[in-house]
Amino acid sequence: MVLVLNEEQRMVKETAEGFFAEHAPVGQLRKLRDSHDPDGFDRGLWAKMAEMGFAGVAIPEQYGGAGLGMVAAGLIQEAIGRNLSLSPFLSASVLAATAIAKAGSDEQKAALLPKIASAELIVALAADEKPRHQPHFVAARAESSGNGFRLTGAKPFVLDGHVADRLIVAARTSGEEGAPAGITLFLVDPKAAGVSVKRRAMVDSRNAAEIALEGVQVDGADVLGGIGEGFATLEAALDVGRACLAAEMLGVSGQSFDATVDYLKNREQFGVKIGSFQALQHRAAHLFCEMELARSATLKALTALDEGDARAPFFVALAKAKAGDVCRLATNEAVQMHGGIGMTDEFDIGFYMKRARAAQETFGDTAFQADRVARLLNY
Amino acid sequence: MMDETPELQAFRAETRAWLEANCPEEMRQPVQGDGDICWGGRKWRFQSEAQRLWLERMAARGWTVPQWPRAYGGGGLSKDEARILAQEMRRLKARPPLSSFGIWMLGPALLKYGNEAQKQAHLPKIARGEIRWCQGYSEPGAGSDLASLRTSALPDGDEYVVNGSKIWTSYADQADWIFCLVRTDPVAPKHLGISFLLFDMESPGVSTSPIKLISGYSPFCQTFFDDVRVPQENLVGTAGKGWDIAKYLLTHEREMIGDMGSLGRESMHQIAKRSIGTGRDGRLKDGVLRADIVRHEIDSYAFALTMERVKDEAKAGQGVGALSSMLKYAGTELNKQRRELLMSISGSDGLSWEGEGPEEGDLAREWLRSRANSIEGGTSEVQLNIIAKRVLGLPGA
Ligand SMILES: Cc1cc2nc3c(=O)[nH]c(=O)nc-3n(C[C@H](O)[C@H](O)[C@H](O)COP(=O)(O)OP(=O)(O)OC[C@H]3O[C@@H](n4cnc5c(N)ncnc54)[C@H](O)[C@@H]3O)c2cc1C
Repeated sequence: MVLVLNEEQRMVKETAEGFFAEHAPVGQLRKLRDSHDPDGFDRGLWAKMAEMGFAGVAIPEQYGGAGLGMVAAGLIQEAIGRNLSLSPFLSASVLAATAIAKAGSDEQKAALLPKIASAELIVALAADEKPRHQPHFVAARAESSGNGFRLTGAKPFVLDGHVADRLIVAARTSGEEGAPAGITLFLVDPKAAGVSVKRRAMVDSRNAAEIALEGVQVDGADVLGGIGEGFATLEAALDVGRACLAAEMLGVSGQSFDATVDYLKNREQFGVKIGSFQALQHRAAHLFCEMELARSATLKALTALDEGDARAPFFVALAKAKAGDVCRLATNEAVQMHGGIGMTDEFDIGFYMKRARAAQETFGDTAFQADRVARLLNY
Repeated sequence: MMDETPELQAFRAETRAWLEANCPEEMRQPVQGDGDICWGGRKWRFQSEAQRLWLERMAARGWTVPQWPRAYGGGGLSKDEARILAQEMRRLKARPPLSSFGIWMLGPALLKYGNEAQKQAHLPKIARGEIRWCQGYSEPGAGSDLASLRTSALPDGDEYVVNGSKIWTSYADQADWIFCLVRTDPVAPKHLGISFLLFDMESPGVSTSPIKLISGYSPFCQTFFDDVRVPQENLVGTAGKGWDIAKYLLTHEREMIGDMGSLGRESMHQIAKRSIGTGRDGRLKDGVLRADIVRHEIDSYAFALTMERVKDEAKAGQGVGALSSMLKYAGTELNKQRRELLMSISGSDGLSWEGEGPEEGDLAREWLRSRANSIEGGTSEVQLNIIAKRVLGLPGA
């Protein structure tokens, strides 16, 4: 295994960078936010992402995807991070696609995956119940009823939940609230009786939904994977999501860093460019080194996932922990080094800091991932 | 390893068999003190027969410097073969047969800038551990601002006459030869009057005076030159162009020092588990220290992966510039942090300085020694300056 992009991956990178800069630059996010767009993203863009093969980048070719794997998905997500492009890519193409590909029956895969790849179907993951990520804490219950189950519970933070055509809901068929065993995944139609979906606008102008399930009837055929065995699937999907978030944070860090270095070269005070002040030079150079470390860790995590390496969860935790820390530093330094203008809504840099915060919190922040690294190393 | 060609697989098998047959058992034990590292040279006294044998056998194959050309005492191995050799040595826990400034610093510079006679004269002796080199760069008045150095070398017949003083010259009192930055042109602008000169430390007029470090070790000296006569043929490259060689050599030095940031032999958390213990949930009993340790280990892994990526990228002809500065800065700061944490983990055990046991005092001394990592080979601040200018293109002050 080598930690270097191959020809195909370099092409994905180049294409993705060009595509998102052209079709979904940060100005689009501003427009969607200011107009209180009901979807919170541009459906035209999402359709184009399907045409480009992005929406199905990690979906196997036999199900209409590009089958390019996680390194490629990470490169797309990094370009998304650079431009703060809005789309259901993480929810549908990464999280849901992974869960379905891993645990779905042949029928489920054939019915859902091609439609994700073609952007006809948005599938969102409804797993977390606690404000701080704690994936095995599932209190939502699934009780057998008829030839299926009745679901009751609350999912307060479902990414892209308000635009989802289908939900993957984690609910408990047995076991205690905090136990990994006994969690089962269900495919739920958000329009079904008993489901209520409330949009939550977030600090990063992205969308999540608060979803309540009250006695929602699902069919036995809507169980995704084995009964009581959903946690392994959930973890696999979350890990892929975490690695892609690490990649996105590389993009967020990279873009805010580039903008900051530009600013240092242009802004003058005391009759000189502020970039000539060593106090700022050293902080920028330090940040540069940190970003290189985060990049190596992230590339390793994505590569390990592609190779089915047994240590992939370790490298994923490592990458998300490191990339999260670095992204926080990068975006905070960016605001600070821009001075007053960095604090204005009119200037884009604030968007990057907001996204950095949200991406860190999503599916486990640095403290969560660091604890996991320690546990995986047995201490 | 899976995508290894049949040739490389065969090389691996042969290498493994040879190492198993030829690496003495004693040379497979972890390095404890400085004496376990073989530096070679005229003054070297082998610590054991095994140390001598191991050096001889490896040198005979050219494997003290695996990638140098065979003509100069090297192994002539490709990058892939050298990687396999390193892996197989790690597998056996074999000690490096020879460590030296000749291998890390002078060798690469001579291979690039030396003339044929100089390569023939010096490289094989470095490879066999016969001559030990020291580095004469820093002076009392020229540290970070190295190019302001004043040691002069003025032509006189077919010789140069060297006068001045170097300081912080590591192992000058143990070394046989010195590679030395000297000013051959006193009037040229400061970067242009510098030359790169090689001479024997036994030449008349050379003297050294050891300086003791806070660690209690005494690895470096002030070195004095008083009318030292050096043949002009010992000048490497062109007179006045020594600065380029000096910088090239520094990139090798920095990568070598930076490498220390890589994961240690025994991981920190294993040491911590032994000394602090774990609770019923398997977590280290000290929660705050556990958090510090894991943050450090995350950075160490990320650094090790960066070293790996940098090598892979170099092979693929990609990569960033001023790499050695980045690796030096990140690696040495990490190593310092590692030593700081090991002191915390060890509590009062870390405080002992002298005693009966062979390892007594090591923790404290290594902790103190590690402070120098971000000073030697160019300080951390200087590395950050280089990154700011060369990589980020920020304007000068
Ligand atoms: C253990 C050890 C071994 C060594 N071995 C050798 C050897 O074998 N051969 C050899 O030639 N040298 C050797 N050195 C010397 C080493 O390279 C110098 O100490 C180093 O380059 C710093 O120079 P200085 O000590 O003069 O510090 P100074 O240059 O005086 O620096 C003092 C402080 O000022 C800071 N500073 C200086 N300039 C700048 C700037 N432009 N911007 C910001 N901050 C700045 C430095 O970072 C440092 O913190 C060794 C040093 C040590 C500690």
